[in-house]
Amino acid sequence: MTRTLSAPVTVAFDYTRSTGPVIGRFLTGLRDGQVVGGRTSEGAVVVPPPEFDPVTHEPITDFVEVAPVGTVTSWTWVPEPVKGQPFDRPFAFVLVRLDGADAPLLHALDVSSPDEVSTGMRVQVRWREERVGSITDIECFEVATESGPTGVEAIGDNPVTGVIVPVSLDYLYAASPEESAFYRGLNEGRILGQRCPTCEKVYVPPRSACPTDGTPTSEEVEVSQTGTITTFCIVNVPFLGQKITPPYVSAYVLLDGADIAVLHLILGVPAAEVRMGMRVEAVWKPREEWTYSLENIDHFEPTGEPDADYDTYKHHL
Amino acid sequence: MAKQPAAVVGVGQTHHRAKREDVSMAGLCREAIDRALADANMTFDDIDAVVVGKAPDLFEGVMMPELFLAESLGAAGKPLLRVHTAGSVGGSTAIVASSLVQAGVHKRVLTVAYEKQSESNAMWALSVPLPFNMPVHAGAGGYFAPHVRSYIRRSEAPTHVGAIVAAKDRQNALKNPYAHLKNPDTTVESVLASQMLWDPIRYDETCPSSDGACALVIVSEDVAAASPNPAWIHGTVMRSEATTAAERDQVNPQASRDAAAALWKQAGITNPLEEIDAAEIYVPFSWFEPMWLESLGFAELGGGWKLSESGATAMDGKIPVNCSGGVLSSNPIGASGMLRFGEAALQVRGAAGEHQVDGVRRALGHAYGGGSQFFAMWVVGAEKPSN
Repeated sequence: MTRTLSAPVTVAFDYTRSTGPVIGRFLTGLRDGQVVGGRTSEGAVVVPPPEFDPVTHEPITDFVEVAPVGTVTSWTWVPEPVKGQPFDRPFAFVLVRLDGADAPLLHALDVSSPDEVSTGMRVQVRWREERVGSITDIECFEVATESGPTGVEAIGDNPVTGVIVPVSLDYLYAASPEESAFYRGLNEGRILGQRCPTCEKVYVPPRSACPTDGTPTSEEVEVSQTGTITTFCIVNVPFLGQKITPPYVSAYVLLDGADIAVLHLILGVPAAEVRMGMRVEAVWKPREEWTYSLENIDHFEPTGEPDADYDTYKHHL
Repeated sequence: MAKQPAAVVGVGQTHHRAKREDVSMAGLCREAIDRALADANMTFDDIDAVVVGKAPDLFEGVMMPELFLAESLGAAGKPLLRVHTAGSVGGSTAIVASSLVQAGVHKRVLTVAYEKQSESNAMWALSVPLPFNMPVHAGAGGYFAPHVRSYIRRSEAPTHVGAIVAAKDRQNALKNPYAHLKNPDTTVESVLASQMLWDPIRYDETCPSSDGACALVIVSEDVAAASPNPAWIHGTVMRSEATTAAERDQVNPQASRDAAAALWKQAGITNPLEEIDAAEIYVPFSWFEPMWLESLGFAELGGGWKLSESGATAMDGKIPVNCSGGVLSSNPIGASGMLRFGEAALQVRGAAGEHQVDGVRRALGHAYGGGSQFFAMWVVGAEKPSN
């Protein structure tokens, strides 16, 4: 069987951004129902304002309110919107030069077909009711009306100084063929390494490319479920995303028959009594809980044997 | 063809803090850049190319700083490069910038490295659980603590040496107006009394989480003639190796030893302890001072802790290390390596202010990153290199 194992993994975090005085001014304006541009050293009004002048490189400090109405300078149709876009129905992205500005702003235009968009058409801001200091405080642009956009009241007194930008990435994590053999072994209660054909070191897990000589490991070697703690740390610190409640011992365990240690959890002994050289063995989870993971081994615990002599593992530190 | 001489003529950095909520990323970079340009007596118009470095993407959620920062860094219409080598990136970025000058491609290169740790969570970013694996990782401290334990065992160091280093660097930081941590009460005893976070590493033996940036202006020989105090680049080196390999030396990695040997050879140095007058070494956890002293050849194997314990690395010692307060006092990760390189340049220029060591002729700037797998180092000197 050569098929590799894979599993989904999501990496998500709510990053924050300090806006600084320029972008902060722009976002404060949006929250309060104003579109604010910045005047450059050459006199052009740019929306959103650039943080630094393109010619003099000095900070932009001259802010100008522009009209919430403008002219489309270019556009593209979005027939199949994807997650995170302004609408879940077809819409247009437009470049709008607002009246009073010299450079266009990118935003969405709410129309139902590409036949309703044209360069040169007049459009206006549609304000969102709940405005927080974000580019999405402009819900979208819409076709300009005789009466113009509906005005809104200012919301807050404090300037906007920061925004939250959630990022979420969905990956399919694929194990290599060599690693897949290792994880399948764990599903059978075995710890499988492979010997590198060049340097003859036994890697656990096996590698697609031995880090020393680049050769894929090949010859399968079942290693012992007993080994030696080479070194370790006691984790006393809690942190975001942590899976194990501290304090816990995270240790490098050099399994008998392997030439590289695996990182695992030590239990069955007070943390303060864990030692370099301590002999430990794998303690498996109940069989019905096994998957294709190193987590099938719940932890390692002391065997009660005498500690290994330092000389037997010192070259693994 | 030999390298052409290059020198640092401008150094700038931000006031490093836990949170710099008053500035955007671009504003943070500009604070350092504007100081570096002023120091070099130059404007953006004088600059030929810009090289930017930052921490790994997940740390800040910024994948392409070169794209979104180009205009703010004054790079429009100029070459703009981005460098990426984990925690050593500030050092590697400075080396890439210097190589553009040494190769004769450009005469005046601006380089900047930054990080806003407050906008993310590095501990989280370093510990994202992967499918099939055991979720025992615990950030950088969790990664390095076992190797610190290995060093203590291998060298038979007394366990208070880490506290000596931490107390020294925190006291040095009081002399650096840009440093993040300002803890006048830190002593060896207070460090030893602080919480054990990742045993054997205590809270006060770890670096803070900082927002900050550093920028350098690196120029060719003819441009440097206009500077009253150029820091000449005597040698630069980068090396990398695999994070894990059978029997890999995690305490004293091969790449570190090879890099040091190559660096000293380039700089014409045979005995670094005698010939280097000040060193800025990347020490995010205090025990890395003795570890790197050995790896770099300032001490024999097993002797690094003796140098640290003896006071030789204090400001008035034989080999002052991290007079700026070092990474232990300010750690905007993406910028930390460049801060080491920049502080070394300040020492040979006689421009380090209150933390200046008298009569520095040659200084080391050092950075490492990843799982001790990326190394970047340079030697700068007050004299133009002869080689």
